[in-house]
This record gives sequence, structure tokens and C-alpha cells, in this order.
Amino acid sequence: MTVATLAEAGTPQQQRAPSRGWRKLKANKAALAGFAIVLFFTLLAITAPLLPIPDPNATSWTAIRQAPSAMHWLGTDDLGRDILSRMIWGAQASLLAGIVSVAIAMLIGVPLGLLAGYFGGWIDMVISRITDAFLAMPFLITAIALAAFLGPSLTNAMIAIGLSAMPIFIRLTRGQVLSVKTEDYVEGARSIGLRHSSIIKRYILPNVLAPILVQATLTVPTAIIAEASLSFLGLGQQPPAPSWGSMLNVAKNFLSQAPWMAVWPGIAIYLVVIGFNLLGDGLRDALDPRET
Amino acid sequence: MYSYLARRLLVAIPTILIVSVFVFSLQKLLPGDPILAMAGEERDPQVLEYLREKYRLNDPIPVQYASWLGGVLQGDLGISLRTNQPVLELIAQKLPVTIQLAIMSMFFALVIGIPMGILAAVKKNTVLDYLASFVALSGLSVPNFWLGIMLILLVSVKLGWLPASGYEPFFSDPVQSIKTMLMPSFVLGNALAATLMRHTRSAMIGVLSSDYIRTARAKGLPEQAVVLQHSFRNALLPIVTLSALLFGELLAGAVLTEQIFTIPGFGKLIVDAVFNRDYAVVQGVVLCTAAGFILMNLLADALYFILNPRMRAAL
Repeated sequence: MTVATLAEAGTPQQQRAPSRGWRKLKANKAALAGFAIVLFFTLLAITAPLLPIPDPNATSWTAIRQAPSAMHWLGTDDLGRDILSRMIWGAQASLLAGIVSVAIAMLIGVPLGLLAGYFGGWIDMVISRITDAFLAMPFLITAIALAAFLGPSLTNAMIAIGLSAMPIFIRLTRGQVLSVKTEDYVEGARSIGLRHSSIIKRYILPNVLAPILVQATLTVPTAIIAEASLSFLGLGQQPPAPSWGSMLNVAKNFLSQAPWMAVWPGIAIYLVVIGFNLLGDGLRDALDPRET
Repeated sequence: MYSYLARRLLVAIPTILIVSVFVFSLQKLLPGDPILAMAGEERDPQVLEYLREKYRLNDPIPVQYASWLGGVLQGDLGISLRTNQPVLELIAQKLPVTIQLAIMSMFFALVIGIPMGILAAVKKNTVLDYLASFVALSGLSVPNFWLGIMLILLVSVKLGWLPASGYEPFFSDPVQSIKTMLMPSFVLGNALAATLMRHTRSAMIGVLSSDYIRTARAKGLPEQAVVLQHSFRNALLPIVTLSALLFGELLAGAVLTEQIFTIPGFGKLIVDAVFNRDYAVVQGVVLCTAAGFILMNLLADALYFILNPRMRAAL
């Protein structure tokens, strides 16, 4: 086999991995349960405008803090708003925050990790030291500080969470690149004179993507909890727009009078987070070559 | 050992310097002119210019950073706009409260996490293992602040067993202090217990399948001795180092817990500072937390070194 064909052949092991991984994922009942939970909440969030539910922001002075009933399945809040409706619309904020934050973290983190791992030298040193510094700052404290300085809003909360989660992706990608770049097919690609950008795009990135996707799936729940935490503190979604975290923030003031206000949003966060965690764990097991 | 730790310390210096650059640049993210915010109603150009000179805002940014860093190195983290107290003094007042919370949380995490991890490993692939793993996953998935709210609802509002909020310094009334801290530390320790459980389980499974454990069993040692004396002692190494790392994370986790239980600690300080736009305090807390985190990392390294004879032999 010539070096060119070696490079073009890619990595047969990696090409077979997705189908084998998919089979393992399908056989993992916990992961499938996680996927079903995530799918359920995603569909709920997407179809919120089409569902026959009251306006989540419509207040009613005659329906303040009503316990769950046939009219309001999950009860009403301190302003008489329907909790079920706010929960369903709140799913949009939570899932959006989880996915957008992780997308921000990946869009910045993965290219930086690729650069650090592939080129090494001073580029690696600078990027790695910055990563170390970001990792030294606890995730939530960095997100709170950034959200505080950027101003409270859902968008800024997503930026803050994304930037705080970014170092994990830099470090993970860098580590993966370091192990992949010494492979024969990368050497082959280099020896036939391919440009660095082509080698990274065609040979490195596809082969480091699996663990990054697993990490992304496992970071989404962290981001969802972070968004709920920031909204709980008043630094995320601003009222009257619904979000599970801000619903809990209001609910804590009415624990003895209207405990249902605090119960449902928390259960929703727990379910979504456990769904993503189960799915992420399943993906990790399915894509881990040591598990074969 | 000292040279190894000195090398680790040397690596920590650029890290903390970069953190300081980040913390310093936070104030540059603020929209508008900080002097106008500081001056309030005052719009006299001479006063504004005086304030600009006083806070060196006319200097180039690198000079401003160097001057700020110089102050930080001498313990000057600025003055709180709200209380007019030095930030370092404020942090020093609040830190013992959070450290007490962190120690009690760590106690809960160790007492719940390690036995559960051992049990899950010993009973691998049985109902007990699945149950313990599910409890751990739930611990990781449940938002701490919601768990706190639910505990207040159940234990304080419904049953009236423990106070829902407040703080009593340990040395003024130890019993009341522990009572007020029980729920918050359980809430904070819960997620760590889950992490510890998972690591203990995986470390124990690794050790239990090793040759010397098979030998210990073949010698006829009772199972309890095999598990606790031979296996757990060897699985302890990653658990101890992980605990040191998690202790740093407790400082961050305290933010929400202290908010829910109205504990006047380090975490509540940063949240209050955010809402009072007391930016010097926010910066001070971020810087101190990062320094604490780096310190705990160093401690974890040192512990790993001390506890692992192979590591010592390698140097």
C-alpha cells in the first residue's frame, strides 16, 4: 500500500466504529430510556406554540396559587399563571440554553484544542496555560461572574455558560489530537504534501469527534443545571418569560402556601438532566473501544 | 518530593497570572463609563477627571493591570462599594462559614459515597449495584437548589425538625451550629457523594480483580478482610486525591446552597455583590476561589505523591 492510499484509506477501525457503536447503543436500555426522555422534552419544547395550553404569561387574579385541579393540572403560581403551560414553555429556555451553551463551548474549544494538539510548541503552551487558568475557576462561579458583568439575560447566561464549559473541550480535543496525529494515516497524509488545514479537516477531526460528541452530550445536562441555577439567582431568563430556574426562584417564597409551585419545575430539570446523563453514559460505553 | 512540588508550584504561577488577567478584564466588559457609575449624580467634569486620575483609568490598560496586580499581591483586592470594607477583609469574614459548610458536606459525601461505592463493587451486576448506581446518577442529576427547597419543605415546613435557614457560629453554640448546617451540608454533599461513589466503585472493581486479591482469597482470608484491608486500602489512592479536588469544588457549590439556606458565607457574598453591582467583591471572590482551587490541586498532587510509593520511587 502506498502512502497515498494509506492516507486515503482513512481509518478502517473508525469507519466500522459507528455501526458497532450504534448497535451497542440500541442494546443499552438505560441509554434508550435517556433518549426517550430527551426526545419527549424536545418535542414538548418544539410544539409548545401548537399545544392547547393557556398563555404562559397570562395572569389571573382570581386563580392565584391554586392547587392542581382539572382546570390547572399542575396548579397556578403567585400571579395566577398556569404552571403546566409555563413548564412546557420553560422547557424551551432550558433545552435551548443547554444546547446553545455547549455549541458555543464546542465552536471555540474544539478549534483551539485542534490547534494546540496538532501544532504543539508555543501555540500549545499558550492555549494550554489559558485552559488551565479557566479550569482553575469553578464553572458556576465563572458563569455567575460573566453573567454579572455581561448583564442578566438568557443570551448572556448562555454565553457565560458556553465560555465556562469551553476549557473542557479544549483539553479533551487536544488530548485526542495528540494520540491521533502519530497514526500512520496522518503521517501518510503529511508525506503526500497535504496542507495542514486539509489534514486537520479530513484526517484528524473525524477521528477525534466521537469522544467530543460524548462529552457534548454529558455537558448539556451540566449546562441545563447551570442555566437553571443562573435563572434561579436572577441572572438568566428574565421575568415574565418562563424558565424552570426562575420558576423555582419565585416558588421558594411560597413553600408553605403553594408547595406545588416548587415541585414540578425541579422534577422537570431532574428528568431532562438524568435523560441526557443516561444517553451520554450510553454513548460513551458504545463508542469506547475498550468496551468491545 | 520537594522538587516535584516546587515544579508543580512553578506551573501554578502562570495559571494564577492568567486568572488575574481574566478577573481584571471582567471590569472592562461592563457597559458604559465606570466613572459615571461611580460618580452617581455628580457630573462636574473636574470631579470626573479627578476620579479618572485617582483610579488610574487614564493610564494604558497594561499599566492599569500592573497597578491592580501590584495591589492584589499586597493583599489589596479593592474596597467594597456597598460596605466600604476592604474586599480581603470581607472574604476573610465569610470564608470560615463556607469552610465549615464544606467540611460538613465532605463528611456527608464520604460517609455516603464510599460505603455505597464499595457495596456496588462487591455486589457488581446485582440489584444492589444497579440501585446504588441509579442513586448516584440521581444525585448527579438533581439540581442542588431544588433538593434544598424540597428538604426545607419536608423537614422544616412539614415536620419542623430543623431550622429552614440561618447560621450560628460553631464556637458560640456548636449544637445549634450543626443543626443549622445539617440540611445545607447534606444538599451540598449529595452530588459529591455521587461522584465519590462512582469513583470508589470503579477503583474497587479494578482492585478486586487483581492477582493479589485472588491470592488473599485463596489463602482463606475472610471476605471482610479481603474487601476492607486488602482492596479498599489500595483503592483509596484515587479516592483521596479526588476528595481533595472535590473540596475545591465545594466552594463553588456553596453559592446556591448558601443562597437557599441564607447562610452568610463566601457563596452568598458573591451573589449579593452581583446584585449590588459590587464588582470589586465579585472579582475578589473569583480570584480567591481560583487560588483556592489551584491550592487544592497542589494538595491533591502532594497527597498522591505521599500515598503512592511507586510515584516516589519513580523520582
